[in-house]
Amino acid sequence: MAPLIRVRNLRYRYDDGTVALNGVNFDLYPGETVALLGPNGSGKTTFVLHLNGLLRGEGELTVCGMPVEKPYLDEIRRRVGLLFQDADEQLFMPTVLEDVAFGPLCRGMKPAEAEARARAALKQVGMEGAAHKAPYHLSAGEKRRVALATVLASDPEILVLDEPTTWLDPPSQSELLSLLHALPQAKIVVTHDTIFAEAIATRAVYFERGRIIAEGSVADLRHRFDWGPRILPRSAESR
Amino acid sequence: MHHLVVDEWTRRPGWLQRRDPRAKLIVLLAFLVCVGTFRKLTVPAALALGGLVAAGVILGKLPARGVAARALLVAPFAGPLAVASALSGQTGQAISLLMRALLSAAAVVVIVGATPMPRLLRGMEWLGAPRFFVLIVQFLYRYLFLLSEQAQHMRLAALSRGIGSRHAGIRRVLWRAAGGAIGVLFVRSHARAAAIHRAMLARGFRGSLVPLAELRMRLADWVFLVAGITLSAAIRLGVRSGS
Repeated sequence: MAPLIRVRNLRYRYDDGTVALNGVNFDLYPGETVALLGPNGSGKTTFVLHLNGLLRGEGELTVCGMPVEKPYLDEIRRRVGLLFQDADEQLFMPTVLEDVAFGPLCRGMKPAEAEARARAALKQVGMEGAAHKAPYHLSAGEKRRVALATVLASDPEILVLDEPTTWLDPPSQSELLSLLHALPQAKIVVTHDTIFAEAIATRAVYFERGRIIAEGSVADLRHRFDWGPRILPRSAESR
Repeated sequence: MHHLVVDEWTRRPGWLQRRDPRAKLIVLLAFLVCVGTFRKLTVPAALALGGLVAAGVILGKLPARGVAARALLVAPFAGPLAVASALSGQTGQAISLLMRALLSAAAVVVIVGATPMPRLLRGMEWLGAPRFFVLIVQFLYRYLFLLSEQAQHMRLAALSRGIGSRHAGIRRVLWRAAGGAIGVLFVRSHARAAAIHRAMLARGFRGSLVPLAELRMRLADWVFLVAGITLSAAIRLGVRSGS
């Protein structure tokens, strides 16, 4: 089976000289959900920004068989739906409906068709009642759902989720988890939340200093790198 | 965190809120031309024009005091000119100048307060405002709320560190901190703008926004348009104005 995403020896250096990616190799296959684990600054977010050409490094990178290069960017960006860490950065239009319809309209869909697509995506995430609300009137959990709808409206084949549980309370995290489970797309999830990762991922990779240094199940990596929720030692006064 | 009061007004269930933004902008333009072409505004003319503004307040279910308070924001700009006129012996001219400024500002507040910003901008674009300008205002408006929240968070952070204290030494620090805070706010806004641009590109943005639905003029919009222009013109031509 051919991978949906194939990455070989990907390298990227920021303008200030910081090496963010230092030879990343990675494959994503249909139906998989891969968790990207690793410390802050290890290159996880930089890596996912390469997957639809928002950053361009050196190395080989193909998405659905297409090289991530200018002539293919429109199609690649339709196929790779990127959910950003901060939903406020993803919701920039005056109303929820306009925001969700933004992608289809940009890709040349007729307004009536784009609206129907947007309403269907909102229904899929349980936010059809918020169509005419302004994004700033939504709660953090609602914003996250709408942000997901903006991605789903373009009918992507791959979902890339950057820290999807950030700022969500536990019930909203559970709702998001159920929602993601119901979506058939292959997924890449950047997260520090190993409980969430374990609940959703079929495989995990561990980033360190711009490289993938290990892969396996979330439980394996958690034990190997002591990378999970921990009970902090109590102070003497609280004992 | 607080949101803009005017934004809340635009969502009230008023008759004026439901009108087409193009009709409202054209009526506003007619009103402003009417007010602006009076050489000296007489009391009957001012009362008639004030009546039109009051009708707008009622039809939009807007708070009269809130509209008046916002219209008064032009006073610091029109006031000095009016004072200069009064000092040169033209008291009538000074009052006329002040009245025209206040009436114009009140009319703008009524229309802006009764029209959701996205629709207002669509109307402006239809009337020929440059697309780039409309795009800038749209994003500015959208992120005004986030900037306001950011500023409020920074203010709370400053207060929690004693910046609000009445102590003279701390007050000196306050001014220096305010300068730094503005810089930080600017840097954060710039970073956010870059992130938003990335999010737009990720969803296929190629430089222009495509509207989701076209504007449609209904019978009530035509009635409002014709009535607004006719009444403004009638006041300009019919009331003894000294022009």
